[in-house]
Amino acid sequence: MAILVSQDTKVLVQGITGSFGGRHARASLEYGTRVVGGVTPGKGGQFFEEKTPIFHTVSEAVAETGATASAIFVPPPVATDAILEAADAGLELIVCITEGIPVRDMIRVKAALAGSPARLIGPNCPGIVTPGTEADSHGGCRIGIAPGYIHKAGDIGIVSRSGTLTYEAVWQLTCRGIGQSTCVGIGGDPVPGSSHRDIIELFEQDPETRAMIMIGEIGGSAEEEAAAWIKDHGRKPVVGFIAGTTAPPGRRMGHAGAIVSGNKGTAQAKIQTLKEAGVRVAPTPSTIAETLLELL
Amino acid sequence: MNLHEYQAKRLLAAHGVPVPKEFPGKNVAEIRSIADRLFQEGAGALVVKAQIHAGGRGKGTFNNGLQGGVHLCRSAEEAEEKAQAMLGETLVTRQTGAEGKQVNVLLVAVAETIVKEFYLAVLLDRARELPVVMASAEGGMDIEEVAEKSPERIYRIHVDPAWGLLPFQARKMAVWLGLPPQLLRQAEKLLHHVYRTWWESDASLIEINPLCLTKSNDGEPAVVALDAKISLDDNALYRHPDLAGLRDPSEEEPLEIEAARHHLNYIKLDGNIACLVNGAGLAMAAMDIIKHYGGNPANFLDVGGGASQEQVAAAFRIILSDANVKGILINIFGGIMQCDVIAQGIISAVRDTELNLPLVVRLEGNNVHLGNEILSRSGLDIIRSDSMADAAQKIIAAAGRAA
Repeated sequence: MAILVSQDTKVLVQGITGSFGGRHARASLEYGTRVVGGVTPGKGGQFFEEKTPIFHTVSEAVAETGATASAIFVPPPVATDAILEAADAGLELIVCITEGIPVRDMIRVKAALAGSPARLIGPNCPGIVTPGTEADSHGGCRIGIAPGYIHKAGDIGIVSRSGTLTYEAVWQLTCRGIGQSTCVGIGGDPVPGSSHRDIIELFEQDPETRAMIMIGEIGGSAEEEAAAWIKDHGRKPVVGFIAGTTAPPGRRMGHAGAIVSGNKGTAQAKIQTLKEAGVRVAPTPSTIAETLLELL
Repeated sequence: MNLHEYQAKRLLAAHGVPVPKEFPGKNVAEIRSIADRLFQEGAGALVVKAQIHAGGRGKGTFNNGLQGGVHLCRSAEEAEEKAQAMLGETLVTRQTGAEGKQVNVLLVAVAETIVKEFYLAVLLDRARELPVVMASAEGGMDIEEVAEKSPERIYRIHVDPAWGLLPFQARKMAVWLGLPPQLLRQAEKLLHHVYRTWWESDASLIEINPLCLTKSNDGEPAVVALDAKISLDDNALYRHPDLAGLRDPSEEEPLEIEAARHHLNYIKLDGNIACLVNGAGLAMAAMDIIKHYGGNPANFLDVGGGASQEQVAAAFRIILSDANVKGILINIFGGIMQCDVIAQGIISAVRDTELNLPLVVRLEGNNVHLGNEILSRSGLDIIRSDSMADAAQKIIAAAGRAA
C-alpha cells in the first residue's frame, strides 16, 4: 500500500469550515479521498456541504468515524494546539498544512510528540498524495493542497521540502508515463515533523516503491542526514535535486528553513554529500525525471 | 527581523543581563548631551558605535574616508566630532557589500576595562531540534572559523524546552570558560537570563560577541555583554507587538518592503534576468537554472500558490523598478490555479506596465493549452516555452540581444 496513506485511509480535516480548509476538503472528496469528518470547535453537529459531519473535538470525530489521519488547516496561533489535539485523539498521521508557525512552538510540539505513536508531516507543507488508479489518478488519497490530477499511480516515491517543485517533478514523471507510489511534502520549516530520512526509510521498506526522488533545498542538514542513512542502508535507487545553488547567504528564501547560515546548509555541500552517498543528483530542475530514467 | 545593537542590549538588560551604561542618539546635539552627561557621571572614556545591521563595524570604512565605525572618545568634544563624521554617512564593512549602509543612529557607551573576551550565543540546533547555548573563550573571533578549525574550543549546552537552561548547566559552562570563581553565581544568572531572553522573545539568534570579563576602577570583576546581535522569528512577531515596533525600515530594501505589502516574497540580487515564480522551492530552482545556462538572476520572487492578477501586476512593477533587469522569465506551475486565469493576469500586467523587455512565459498545469492560446492570441510579444530549461535558455538569449 504505498506509504502512510492508501485509498482506504479515513481522513479528518481540522479547520474544515475555513475557506482554505473547505476548498481543499472539497478537492480531496472530488479526488475520491475518504474525508469522513471535519473538526471546528463550536460547529459540531453541522455538516460540510451537507454530507460530511463536523465535530467539536478530534476525539469525538475519531470515535464516530474511525478516522486515522488528519489534515490541519488552521491559523498559526492555534495550529500547535490542533496538532497536539490530533495526537491526543490517537490519530496515526497528522498532516499540518499551516504556514507560519513560530519555531519555539514547534520545538515544544516535537518534545511533546517524542514517544507518541503519531507521525507528524509538515507544517508548512503541501501534504501527501497516494495516487489512485482511475482517470487523472482519482480514487487515491490526497491530504493537503497538491493538485491531484498531475499524479499517476506507480512505484516511484517522492519526498520534498517544496510544494510546486514537487509538482514539477511529479508532472515530469506523469508526462513520461511513470507513476508514483506516494508523494510526501515534508515542508519548508526549520523544525519539521518528519525529515527526509524518516520518509526515505519508509519508502525503503515499502514493497510497492521501486525508486525514490528526494528534493531538498538550502538550510539545515536534513539532506545530509538522509544521505548518511542512504549510504549505510539504502538499497533502492535515489535521484536527488537541491534548490538554491544561487541563493545568497544569510537570506531566507521564502521558506522559513531555507537559509544558508554562515557556511552551513549550502546547496553545493548538500549536492556533494548526496553524490558521495550514491544518490544521482539531477543537474537542473528540468531533468529530474530524465535522471531517474537513466538510473532505472 | 534583526535588531540594532542598542535595541538588542536593551532587551537583554530588561531580562536582567548586565550591559554597559549606554544610550542611543540620532543627531550630533543628542550625542553631545549624552556624552556630557556620562562624563559628568564619572565615565573615564566613551565608545561611540555606528548602529547598522551588519558585523565588522569596527574595521569598516566610511565613504568620507573615516576609518572604523567604533571609536573610543576621551572627551565630549571628541564624541561630538566623531558623531559629526559618522551620522548620515555610509559605512562599508565586510558584511554590508560595496554599497554600504547609512548610519542614522549612534550608540554612546561608557568604556569598560576589559580583562578577557568570550563568545556566547543561543540559537536553534536544527539537527537536534533543540535550543543550544554555545560559548567559547575565543571572544571577538569569527566563531565559524573557530567551529571549523578547532571545534573543541566551543562548548555547547542543549536545552530541554520544558526545563529551560538549568543552573548546573550554566555553572558548568562558566567553569569551562575559566571565569573567576567569585563570579560563578553571576555568570550562572547571566546565562539563565540570556537563554530566557531568547525563549521569551521568540528570537532565532542571540549572539553576544564579545561577552566580557571586566574590571571596575576599584578592581571588582564583572561579566558584561559588550556587543549583542538579536534576530527574531518573523513568524512569532504577532505575539510581540513591542518587538515588531523595533523594525527599522531603513535597513531593508525598499522593493522588498513593497513586495511584502502584496504578499510577494522578493529578494533583490545583482543579475539581469528577473524571474517570477509560484512557490519558494520552484523560485530558487528557476534562479539556479538561469545560472546553469550562463545567465544571472536579478531576483528571487515567489508569488505564492495563488498568483492572482493583482499580485502578478504588483510583481511586474517591482521587477521593473530594478534598472538592471534586461528580461523577465515567468514560470508558473498552475496546480490548483487555472493557467488561463494566470495568462489573463500576465497580459494585463504587460499592458499596464507597457513592458518593453523580452518576456518568456512557461505555464504548466491546469488548462495549460487554453492559457498558451490566450497568450498567443494577445498579439503581445511574449515568447512561450514548455519547460524550465527551454525557458531559461530563451530568456538568456533574448536578454542578450536586447542588451
